[in-house]
Amino acid sequence: MEVYLDNSATTKCSRAAAEKMAQLLTEDFGNPSSLHTMGVKAEGCIKEAREIIAKTLKADAKEIIFTSGGTESNNLAIFGSAEANKRAGKRIITTAIEHASVLQPMKHLEEMGYEVVYLPVDHDGIVLSEALEAALNEETILVSVMHVNNEIGALEPVGEIAGLIKRKAPGALFHVDAIQSYGKFVIHPGKLGIDMLSVSGHKIHGPKGSGFLYVKDKTKIKPILFGGGQQKGMRSGTENVPAIAGLGVAAKEAYDNIASNTEHMRKLKEYFISKATEIEGVAVNGKTGEDSAPHIVSLSVSDVKSEVFLHSLEEMGVYISAGSACSSNKAAVSSTLQGIGLNPNLIDSTVRFSFSKNTTMEELDYTLSCMREIIPFRRKFTRK
Amino acid sequence: MYKSFLIKYGEIAIKGKNRYLFEEALVSRIKYALREAEGEFRVRRLQGRIYVDALGEYDYDEVMDALSHVFGIVGICPVVLTEDKGFEALSQDVIDYMDRVYPDKNITFKVNARRARKNYPMNSMELNAALGEKILEAFPEIKVDVHQPDVLLCVEIREEINIYSLEVKGAGGMPVGTNGRAMLLLSGGIDSPVAGYMIAKRGVEVDAVYFHAPPYTSERAKQKVVDLAKIVAKYSGPIRLHVVNFTDIQLYIYEKCPHEELTIIMRRYMMKIAEYFARKNHCLGLITGESIGQVASQTMQSLAATNAVCTLPVYRPLIGFDKNEIIEISEKIGAYDTSILPFEDCCTIFVAKHPVTKPNIQVIEKSELKLSEKIEELVKTAIETTEVITAE
Repeated sequence: MEVYLDNSATTKCSRAAAEKMAQLLTEDFGNPSSLHTMGVKAEGCIKEAREIIAKTLKADAKEIIFTSGGTESNNLAIFGSAEANKRAGKRIITTAIEHASVLQPMKHLEEMGYEVVYLPVDHDGIVLSEALEAALNEETILVSVMHVNNEIGALEPVGEIAGLIKRKAPGALFHVDAIQSYGKFVIHPGKLGIDMLSVSGHKIHGPKGSGFLYVKDKTKIKPILFGGGQQKGMRSGTENVPAIAGLGVAAKEAYDNIASNTEHMRKLKEYFISKATEIEGVAVNGKTGEDSAPHIVSLSVSDVKSEVFLHSLEEMGVYISAGSACSSNKAAVSSTLQGIGLNPNLIDSTVRFSFSKNTTMEELDYTLSCMREIIPFRRKFTRK
Repeated sequence: MYKSFLIKYGEIAIKGKNRYLFEEALVSRIKYALREAEGEFRVRRLQGRIYVDALGEYDYDEVMDALSHVFGIVGICPVVLTEDKGFEALSQDVIDYMDRVYPDKNITFKVNARRARKNYPMNSMELNAALGEKILEAFPEIKVDVHQPDVLLCVEIREEINIYSLEVKGAGGMPVGTNGRAMLLLSGGIDSPVAGYMIAKRGVEVDAVYFHAPPYTSERAKQKVVDLAKIVAKYSGPIRLHVVNFTDIQLYIYEKCPHEELTIIMRRYMMKIAEYFARKNHCLGLITGESIGQVASQTMQSLAATNAVCTLPVYRPLIGFDKNEIIEISEKIGAYDTSILPFEDCCTIFVAKHPVTKPNIQVIEKSELKLSEKIEELVKTAIETTEVITAE
């Protein structure tokens, strides 16, 4: 049996999205900037995708900028708004558990002279609002907080954060990395007070190399790519029409049945955690239930190295992620697992299971039976 | 502008009656190396020299890169070959050559003529003087310097006339295939690919064995070893890489033997299995990347303990090298960046925190008695399930 439980890394592209893409690659392949019918047709596809996506967010179509994926969306949001607002202030606030595509741009901004505050999180990975409140000041131009943490599935209170920002630093922009939450939660950035929101296509059964940044109308932001002036100058470069259209299809599929899909994953998560934690030495990280992402489960398995566990499951056809790479490779130690104050011995023993709407109970039962076999066996062999 | 390359080889020239064998091996290695370069080539032996002729369009850089990986070559000279149509024609060819190869004429030169065909009307000294004069006439800025010229222009009168002045250093050593075959224990680290390279340099064909320990080592770690074998194969020719699944043997040793002896005992079994495949493939020895004292398993005592299980000679070309010297060669042969990829270090559970550094063979052998129940069967299974990948 093959069981894919690494859906936070990437998902299988939906058949309908792939078919739409094949048609746009091989038949209706025009450049949307071309003046002839072929171009008009391609432009129409982009427009359609833009409208579908805008609808899922209750946003306006013009508020969607297509990008090459989550990393570019985060880079555009951070660099683009830092550059556009540099005269208003130099303080930027983010959290210690962001994805590398947020943390690395932040580091770069620090080198450029911005002051970046990294907010701590509690042991469940939830950002400490007192810390945010203390950090917010008039100098603050940007706050960037992820909606769902990719490693432990922590759900950040973005609405509450938006309210705090409005009170304490009304001039600051609020960016949310929603790469792990879009398609799992209904998000209305306009109502929530979110100015920018990053999404990646391949996490929602869309194609790799697709994604978008929602930018609220009239938000001060500058482009990071320059060229032919496509997408109103905000993102030059010929639009990746097949990827954009594929993303549109995937977004529609994600939101058509969002309530039942999310409910399905929640049930899976609850069941999986209850059974997995019956195994000796297995503990779950972060919150569970309604207060967490429905599709991410982080487990620490004492005395079993995550990579050994991962490859053992792989031998039995189950694919998961290691929470953190081997500690001999220090650079890869997860900032999230450190951020929640996980016991250093467990950081090397933490793995992530992530589900999709297609994951079944049978698959989880098989995975659990593999785990019951592997964990006691591998635990016999530890370093002396 | 060059249609041919003159291949200079060193040690082969002194190998007496076996010379033709070495030359044949070199020709075949050159042909093999050129298979990836764009263009069609002829490789020919002529009067104790080897020429590579391009039979049409080709990529100069690719040819140079391919030839620079062939052991046995001391120097590669891009050469202009012309027919003998008399001195006037020759001097024109020489002037054209200088003009095209040295667009900047602010140089010094010296002509080094050799009359290999003795019926040519001018002798070497006369040719030096006459050609030098013609060049000076054609390019007034150029100056002669007989002691330290920028350009040493070689003009050799043979069946064809050879005109050349550039020589790119070759890889040296002896053509692979002239000194038998050996089995390399390839680990994925920095040392073993260098060891394989160095033995191949002496004309030895190389096969390799890698001990894979899933799930403790990943598919990527294995892919890394395959990639390293390919890098060595650029010099040595195709390597048959034996991938042995070693996990069960490791776990069994872990369960039965004192933990601090684990690495030594493991290495003894690796040597035994490597020797099995060595004999099967008609290898005349084993190759390891060991260097005295580098780690606990490479002390003199540890080396003796692992060596004791082998009857074939074990070649350790890096035995007296410091790590930085090994890294230097690793970088030179293009293996370093691959060697340092961090895939493998998750099997640290098999490394004791305080391993023995001065193992006593009798003590080790006694520990190994505890394995007698199942070890033979496990070794047999490991051998039977070994996967052979050809890296080239």
